[in-house]
Amino acid sequence: MHTDGTPWMVYAIVVVAGIAAPLLLPSYTTQFAFLWLMILFALTWDIVGGQMGYNSLGNIFFFGAGMYISAVVQIGFFTDVAAYTSARGSEQLVLGYADYFLSLFTGIGLAAVGCVLFALVLGWVMFGMRGPYFAIGTLGMALSARELASTWEWIGGGTGIAMPVYPGLPGEKSLVFYAFFFILAILTFVFVRWLYSTRFGLAVNAIRDDEEKAEAMGIHTRRHKIVAWSVSAFFLGMSGAVFGNIIGFVEPLEVAFPVFTFGIFMVVMSLLGGRGTLWGPVIGATLFHVIKETTWTYLLGWQWVALGVLIVVNVVFFQQGILGWVQEKWPEKFGLVVEEDPAEELAGEKA
Amino acid sequence: MNAIIEIKNVSKSFGGVRANHDISVKVAEGKITGLIGPNGSGKTTLFNSIVGFHAIDGGSITFKGREISKLRVPQIARLGMLRTFQQTRIYGKMNCVKNMLISVPHRKAVFIDMFRPYPVDMTEKAEHLLEFVGLYAKRKLLAGDLSFGQQKLLEFAMALMNEPTVLLLDEPTAGINPTLINGLIDRLKLANTEFGITLFVIEHNMRVIMNMADTVYCLAHGEMLASGPPEKIQNDQRVIDAYLGAH
Repeated sequence: MHTDGTPWMVYAIVVVAGIAAPLLLPSYTTQFAFLWLMILFALTWDIVGGQMGYNSLGNIFFFGAGMYISAVVQIGFFTDVAAYTSARGSEQLVLGYADYFLSLFTGIGLAAVGCVLFALVLGWVMFGMRGPYFAIGTLGMALSARELASTWEWIGGGTGIAMPVYPGLPGEKSLVFYAFFFILAILTFVFVRWLYSTRFGLAVNAIRDDEEKAEAMGIHTRRHKIVAWSVSAFFLGMSGAVFGNIIGFVEPLEVAFPVFTFGIFMVVMSLLGGRGTLWGPVIGATLFHVIKETTWTYLLGWQWVALGVLIVVNVVFFQQGILGWVQEKWPEKFGLVVEEDPAEELAGEKA
Repeated sequence: MNAIIEIKNVSKSFGGVRANHDISVKVAEGKITGLIGPNGSGKTTLFNSIVGFHAIDGGSITFKGREISKLRVPQIARLGMLRTFQQTRIYGKMNCVKNMLISVPHRKAVFIDMFRPYPVDMTEKAEHLLEFVGLYAKRKLLAGDLSFGQQKLLEFAMALMNEPTVLLLDEPTAGINPTLINGLIDRLKLANTEFGITLFVIEHNMRVIMNMADTVYCLAHGEMLASGPPEKIQNDQRVIDAYLGAH
């Protein structure tokens, strides 16, 4: 049951723009790469937060966990992790292309698998809570992971881990990692688009609208909740693994577990675009990223104030988000119509 | 009489409030059983105990001979016993057809089933049932935008979609206008006779329950006051004193 009636032109434009952007404006490649990351953030947050109605403030945990898993795997390929981290960055891993990409892909893959395992275990505990308790619980989960990573010496503690050096030139590196994020974001979109067209999509919507009713109707609610979070974790884990390699340096506070920046951004972007819709997170993330980058450039020193104002206005006056507002304004465009006579309609279908 | 639900000596207290005390009820298979009583007499509490919404303090509840008082809500629902709510509950931000589609039976659903699309015949069945309750024209509207009475009809259609063996209805006619009530009674009876669904109904509308039920139980102050066929209950002095009033 495909509810997504997006014309193929839209997809074509997105893909062409995605390929052309870094070629036409090479100096903005990293900004464009982060735009795709933001879209991935908003899409993965919306699975649980929008479609299922569980406001997680701790999804950033999977981003950081994926980053650390990948870092340890990539370094463990070539040297002893404990010796490497205790050397505090004085030892550098300089690799050839083959070694670099082999270890990178293994790292990304294991980050995805590891984060899904985390989601299965943590979901079992966290989904015992609902509403604000779930939000606070997941926030606590991300914050404790951040503290744990800061004190765990084997993974570098507060000092962090230097990632292997990219074997090619910096320009080439930005293009390669741009491609990673571009492909990851597209994969995420295609995956959730399919996911929302299955029984799973209906079931998580039912949980959002009335979980007690869903239980009373015999829906396997826990199973759906944990799977939903695992899907988020899968893509967030991979994006974290890639992000660590772009930055080149993994540390807990600013890079791996930025709870109060990326962790909040993913919520805001999804709300801005319209939670619980397919395109809302994409639109919200794009708009948010553009606003954020412009305020960073023109309102230096006031950028956090500007972002704060945006968040307050969004939450207080515009909770339904852009697509939610459009749907309220023009319900008939979304198929929310009365179709009076069944016979007449059947005749219409045959004609 | 073959009892499909057998409630034996069930008690349930909330703090110092004895909501149910030593209640025993037999719901006959294929029949319509009524449950009446003044507000606060423990009717909804008894429903909640049956469907596993809360644990009971004592006694036993069996469904088709199987003890279910330790099972949780979704497990009991998957055995084929559904309930509707006094405060109607539907999925407000989904359209009526989607409300129906997600209400298909989940008894045999295995893990991988959640990733399957809905087959077309499900949609046909959903639309057929929506027509049965008179909501076909509104099937593409968001369920939350329907009127209260229409939501009640939708909830009933969703329950039928689930193909239950037993349906527990908590005040199905409350808040519905008199003309719609007649239609609803007909449909409830049809669900019983045509689809063979056993009904267990809480109802305050005496005309409705006395007209429909084969057996009626009357609760007062958490205790079973009387039971029997409708005519007997209507003339029972204790029921008249506690509930019906002596007009």
